[in-house]
Amino acid sequence: MPPWFERHRLLIDFAVASLLRRKTRNGGLLAVYTLIVFVLGSIMLFGEAIRREAAAVLSGAPEVTAQAMRMGRHDFSTRADIQKLGRLLGITHIEGRLWGYHYDTASAANYTLQVPPAEDSAHALAPGETIVGEGVARLRKLTPGGYLFLVSAEGKLLKLKVKEMLPSASALVSSDLVLVSEPDFRSFCGLDPDVFTDIGMRVSNPQEVSKAAEKAALRLPGFRFVTRADMLRTYEALFSWREGLLLAVFAGALLAFVILAWDKASGLSAEERREIGILKGIGWDTGDVIAMKMWEGGLISVTAFLAGAVLAYGHVFLFSASLLEPVLKGWSTLYPRFPLTPSVDALELSTLAFFSIVPYMAAILVPVWRAASADPDAAMR
Amino acid sequence: MMARERAGLKVRGSTAAAALAGFLVFLAAAETLHAALAAGPGRERREATRALTTQLGLTDLALFTEARYTRHRSLADLHSAFQDAPMAMEHFPAGSLVTPQRAFPDAALRAGTGD
Repeated sequence: MPPWFERHRLLIDFAVASLLRRKTRNGGLLAVYTLIVFVLGSIMLFGEAIRREAAAVLSGAPEVTAQAMRMGRHDFSTRADIQKLGRLLGITHIEGRLWGYHYDTASAANYTLQVPPAEDSAHALAPGETIVGEGVARLRKLTPGGYLFLVSAEGKLLKLKVKEMLPSASALVSSDLVLVSEPDFRSFCGLDPDVFTDIGMRVSNPQEVSKAAEKAALRLPGFRFVTRADMLRTYEALFSWREGLLLAVFAGALLAFVILAWDKASGLSAEERREIGILKGIGWDTGDVIAMKMWEGGLISVTAFLAGAVLAYGHVFLFSASLLEPVLKGWSTLYPRFPLTPSVDALELSTLAFFSIVPYMAAILVPVWRAASADPDAAMR
Repeated sequence: MMARERAGLKVRGSTAAAALAGFLVFLAAAETLHAALAAGPGRERREATRALTTQLGLTDLALFTEARYTRHRSLADLHSAFQDAPMAMEHFPAGSLVTPQRAFPDAALRAGTGD
């Protein structure tokens, strides 16, 4: 065994024994430190995973959605509006979309009623049939072949036979969906035959989306055009905001910990100062004392980082971030059960490691160096 | 007396510390392996969800179903949270978690005269 290895091993032995002498104090510090890394790590991992998930699934959204606006409010689009768009270069498909909300008093939840697009043969529905999302099936205990009864605001009853259920793996986008046929939708919502919720457009070349939206805007000046890039930007901003908000809520606790850790790391107690004096008196040199104290700090901070990061991963990817769920849920009765694809981002982990280990170690160094450089006689007195 | 005996340890402190660090590194390695194994099925699931999004023309995540402007975030306008009545306050909890929709499409603003 090389002599430096045995020397550091002995220093670690001493550091562990020294930590165990103040079990309660160091144990408490380790627990709070781990908790802080756990919460920070959970927020970081969850934010990144859901951002990635949103970007991946929304990359299939319509390239452009056009909404009629009246008095600053969303208004119906009409067949005449679709005809006004006519044939525009680059736009391969234009369709009036039918969708809306329904508050279901039986489950106290909001559903999104939608008519599947005409060209989607996989979800084609006859009047009286429905396809429901995972959340609706869960709340109403539905299985294929069962019946879903909806009562409109005017008291109109709609009886729908469940044809199938949307895959639960897609719950993030489809949890609250109730797909119905166009005649059912129009009669249930009391819609005229030539109105639509909005207009969806498909653009063949991704480079031409904004140009296509510009051209369409010239033909429908009162409309608002939302491109897929806008949707992705909206969700990117939303999750950054959410992550920032959670961190802001957590900032108070973080600050309290920083003060605690700074106090613990930078302010040596009289007992610790005397211990350093005795070590110097019996022949330890300054380098040994600093190395031993750095091992002490390193054992606490690295253990807290590893344990916190491991727990955060388990929380987010094995337990579906169940502790963050109440914050996300709000008043939604119908919250999707969706799995997040696990991934470990080296840069994120390094950032977390840097900010959880380095400041603590830096706070230790100066006071220990000062105490270790002092005259042992003065330190012991 | 050795330091470990004073601390009541049966093994050397360095051995105990190495064992704890090794255990935590092992757990981290197991989680990295879990992430690597789950990547394939995760990609397939995302691809299937993306296909459903394309088929049905979905535009938003079904995360916040409590209010219409939080359910379809990208299609809601800046005022929708406050338009229930003049001077109405936004009152859904999710409203405090989502950003105002500032990404107004600029297509209409940039529209020129030529095609």
